[in-house]
Amino acid sequence: MIEAHHLVKTFKDKKRGVIRAVDDVSFTCAPGRIFGLLGANGAGKTTTLRLLATLLKPTSGTAVVAGHDVLRAPLDVRRNIGFLAASTALYGRLTARETIAYFGRLNGMTDSAIRARTAELAAELDMDEFLDRRVEKFSTGMKQKTSIARTLVHDPAVLVFDEPTLGLDVMAARTIVKFVRECRARGKTVIYSTHIMSEVEKLCDTIGIIHGGRLLAQGTLAELKATYQQPDMEEVFVHVVGGEKEAA
Amino acid sequence: MNFTTIFTVYTKELRDMLRDRRTLLSMIIIPTLIMPGLFFAVGYVGMKVVKKARAEVPSVMLLGAADSPGVRNALEGFDGIALLPPSDDWRERISNKEVRAVVEVPEDFEAKVAAGEPAAIQLYHYEGELKSGLALRRLRDFFRDLRTQMVETRLTDRGLPATLVKPFDIAEENVAPPEKVGGNAIGGFLPYMIVILCFTGAMYPAIDLTAGEKERGTMETILCSPIGRLDLVLGKFLMVLTASLSTVACSMISAAISLTVAGSMMSGSAAGSGAGGGAIPLLHPLGLIGMVGMVLPFAVFFSALQLSIALAAKTYKEAQSYVSPLIVVVILPAVIGMLPGVELNAKLALVPVLNLSLVSKEMVSGVFNWGYIALIFGSSCVYAAAALGLCVRMFNRESVIFRT
Repeated sequence: MIEAHHLVKTFKDKKRGVIRAVDDVSFTCAPGRIFGLLGANGAGKTTTLRLLATLLKPTSGTAVVAGHDVLRAPLDVRRNIGFLAASTALYGRLTARETIAYFGRLNGMTDSAIRARTAELAAELDMDEFLDRRVEKFSTGMKQKTSIARTLVHDPAVLVFDEPTLGLDVMAARTIVKFVRECRARGKTVIYSTHIMSEVEKLCDTIGIIHGGRLLAQGTLAELKATYQQPDMEEVFVHVVGGEKEAA
Repeated sequence: MNFTTIFTVYTKELRDMLRDRRTLLSMIIIPTLIMPGLFFAVGYVGMKVVKKARAEVPSVMLLGAADSPGVRNALEGFDGIALLPPSDDWRERISNKEVRAVVEVPEDFEAKVAAGEPAAIQLYHYEGELKSGLALRRLRDFFRDLRTQMVETRLTDRGLPATLVKPFDIAEENVAPPEKVGGNAIGGFLPYMIVILCFTGAMYPAIDLTAGEKERGTMETILCSPIGRLDLVLGKFLMVLTASLSTVACSMISAAISLTVAGSMMSGSAAGSGAGGGAIPLLHPLGLIGMVGMVLPFAVFFSALQLSIALAAKTYKEAQSYVSPLIVVVILPAVIGMLPGVELNAKLALVPVLNLSLVSKEMVSGVFNWGYIALIFGSSCVYAAAALGLCVRMFNRESVIFRT
């Protein structure tokens, strides 16, 4: 379960002064559901997800992730989440097996538990062939699978995806989308940020439209279409953010 | 603080680093090979050059002396030089290294000497040129002997003993123990080398584990895991410290071996001992151990400082441009410590790097000023702790970690 309560994050910029990157954002995502955070570049998606993953501290407001407050128990929050982003890379000089084991150990798993979990994930993601090869020589698809295994090693209750398909080819992106669906099927709480409308339509149970740091609208795809009387997600998005100019 | 997590991060970083060719090169291979390479190359080339210069009979031109047959005959009979006929372009020929030195005997030289009037022989040479210097030394010795002979002849002619002008001899003997001599000779150089190695050994891993990770995108990956920032900093810091100390250890062991081998090679060679390169300077063993102990807080200081600075950078290149110039700041006090006459006092004992340089010089000579040693060790630990504190603080700053 994720509950964000009036999250605010401000940054100081020498030229622009105080910037409200996240401005009073509140939403809830229940287990077995995917909450899609839809917004243009610079809308505040990454900052919101970094607040939930406790990489950043909120200026005000708070969030409860898997029953733990991000301000009071950041380590417990991180123990219960898996964070996968286009910006989260892998260590090139480690093998896939070593990568999974490293993150397993950091999550407090025993060596035998890590071995069992690695075998399970390798079978599930079809990684056996390259499990003992160094990541630096992997194709994009192999890297994606290793990243997924790294994210899932401790079987977290909450999964946070920050534009995970950014820069990927069609096949690698499909692997990610399939994996996100499977997470929902297993009852995980999933939050998924993107600016790709088709992904939102295919994946998300609830959609939040973020713009200028503010969550301007949220609801199911059907609810949003009905509320704003638009035929598809793209039109809803443009309408909510205030027209073509603003959407760009 | 969770020691298991710190150890997990440390072992991962160590494995990662040991698989990186660039780290291995900068941490182990280059320092291990450079030392013997330097000693052998410099020693070998030096020996060859000196041997060749000594074997050569220097060509010397004689100007004047037409009315001083005694000097002319003596010079012609001296087999330590090859006498050349005079020419007007002698200055140019010295500059062109065709003539090593020129002897100018003034007009009526022997007549003036016989009459007891002042007279001077002029020697012309090429300052700083090895072969010209050797020729000059031979000529100086030759004319000193000639003068002594003349004095003794005059005294004998007057029925006076030679001791009249030389009432006593001066005998010299070194009574300082070999380790003190060695400490004085290389005691200043040794800490200078250690300080540089300590710094350079930490440089590459410090940059790679901070700015390098930011650039590659692995910093965010590790920050998403349930690891405290303090544990992460300590794991990374221990890796950088290991690299720094390994570089020092590899270099020093390699230097000791090559110095011993090169020394014994040179002492076996007549040319080598003649050039003064045969003796291996002895160092006080307790002083050496003490110096290693004093280096430890410096390695901590450098490792933490470089981690903090490199973390502030966005990219590997940017970090290099921040950290590299620091080597000048580090070398300068180390060089001051090498200067003769700079002695350890309470104020200098608080100046980082300079204090290590000065106290090491004393310790390897067998001088143990325990008050200063305690002050330097204590202050170094404070600096190291402050640098480590800064490092942890930097890792906790969002503006530093997510500066992209």
